[in-house]
Amino acid sequence: MTKQSNWLDRINPTVRSIQPSGIRRFFDLVAEMKGVVSLGVGEPDFVTPWHIREACVYSLEKGYTMYTSNHGLLELREEIARDLSSSYRVSYNPREEILITVGVSEAFDLAMRTVLCPGDEVLIPAPSYVSYAPVTLMTGAVPVYLSTSMESGFQVSPEMVEKAITPQTKVLLLCNPNNPTGSTIDRKRLLEIAEIARAHDLIVVSDEIYGRLTYVGEHTCIPSLPGMRDRTILLNGFSKSHAMTGWRIGYAAGHPDFISAMTKIHQYTMLCAPITAQVAALEALKNGKSGMHKMVEHYNHRRRLVMQAFREIGLPCSEPRGAFYAFPEIRSTGLSSEDFAQQLLKEEKVAVVPGNAFGEQGEGFIRCSYAASVDDLTEAFRRMNSFVKRRVNKGKILTFSFGKNESKKEGICQTV
Amino acid sequence: MKEILELLENDARLTPKTIAVMLNKKEEEVEQAIKELEERKVIVGYQTLVDWEKVGEEKVSAIIEVKITPQRDIGYDAVAMRICRFPEVKTVRLMSGAYDLIVVIEGQTMREVATFVTQKLASIEHVLSTATHFVLKNYKYNGIIMDDGEEDRRLMVTP
Repeated sequence: MTKQSNWLDRINPTVRSIQPSGIRRFFDLVAEMKGVVSLGVGEPDFVTPWHIREACVYSLEKGYTMYTSNHGLLELREEIARDLSSSYRVSYNPREEILITVGVSEAFDLAMRTVLCPGDEVLIPAPSYVSYAPVTLMTGAVPVYLSTSMESGFQVSPEMVEKAITPQTKVLLLCNPNNPTGSTIDRKRLLEIAEIARAHDLIVVSDEIYGRLTYVGEHTCIPSLPGMRDRTILLNGFSKSHAMTGWRIGYAAGHPDFISAMTKIHQYTMLCAPITAQVAALEALKNGKSGMHKMVEHYNHRRRLVMQAFREIGLPCSEPRGAFYAFPEIRSTGLSSEDFAQQLLKEEKVAVVPGNAFGEQGEGFIRCSYAASVDDLTEAFRRMNSFVKRRVNKGKILTFSFGKNESKKEGICQTV
Repeated sequence: MKEILELLENDARLTPKTIAVMLNKKEEEVEQAIKELEERKVIVGYQTLVDWEKVGEEKVSAIIEVKITPQRDIGYDAVAMRICRFPEVKTVRLMSGAYDLIVVIEGQTMREVATFVTQKLASIEHVLSTATHFVLKNYKYNGIIMDDGEEDRRLMVTP
């Protein structure tokens, strides 16, 4: 008789201890409902511009269906180098300093696995993107959170970084602009943070996937700061800037020592990024600038609508300066993030992501994506307003109008 | 000004208040700008694009190439304006190339369009000839694909 195995015991304890993404949990709940207006989507509501899709179809017709070099198509790497140089004045040698990856997600995993050893500490601003901590944990390293607050616009401060540094600190992870808070770190602060990184010999892993989606001021590319190019592994891609999430195409740029080590893992695990996506990315870089600027302009319009909506609903929200997320505080409703999101979904059929999906520092907040049409945003905020109104009975709550004159008939709620 | 026009060109339903928020301007400022644009006939009208086929409405469109003899001093303008004033004429444009005007006509039936061309259009003084092309299907109109099948396919919640 064969012995009954408990397979769970046989699973790597580190993997076992990692929690599945909170977003995923919430997704299962939403998936079964009809008529939901979703502000929970972390990707553009535009489909990939046609010229990019068309270029990819053409490449398939021509038979571009083979492997590429492990590093990715040289032409794409050259185009990326040109783009980084002209946009941020930071130069990379496309032959040995750029690696094409399957999205920033893979680039991030490679970067962390390449530099981290068990016991190393990684400074992670929180709330943070869902994969940062789990990927860190899988290397045996330890995430150390830099808790940011709404009051300071969810910005990482130099003091915060300095205070968290120990002899074990190896990596400073930055996501600028930030998912889920939409915050950006201004250049002055980045210069100070860079100085600390240099003083303590830290490696900076910089996720700049939302860099192009910066609405206030200009995006500062960290390796472009003095003395930062060689100690920074820059991660970027095409998902957000060119509405190409499903193509899974990104890249890492950095010192040849980092890139060649990352390429070793990449060649044995991924081999190369799909050629079809690489061809599409090349087209995006060559001819996609004006389309990208148009999309960014649309996001900026909606961003302002969303800020106005939260002002009218009465939920405090720090101004999102980048990405396409707003991260309002919902404590005044007396609900936890998870309860807020679940009840809002049940009662008003609006999906948002509970802030605690981005770590415990996100508790008390929700993430609302404004990568949605103006009509959907209007409807979602109308519903959210009724929901919040039912729970908050202090202060002045205006009827949410979003500029619709007809809603005037409902008038303004009385201050209680 | 340009930003307001771009927003309205894309969606004429936007209220001045919404536009004001989107562009970080004052509502009154936007109202005033729109009023001025209307008065200056920069904004010449607001319309809805309708796919009549979907409601089973029979409509026939034809694109007509028109050759005309230009007149001294006024060129093609007088004849073009004469054609413009017919309500069944949707579009009139002066073209370079093998013919002079392109005229788009809409009617209920093919016969109606044919009658219009032969009795009204072709008989206008200085009109030399016409060539009528009936529209079989509208794929894209005024920048909008009639049925592009590109509904939102994103998952409801993603990281």
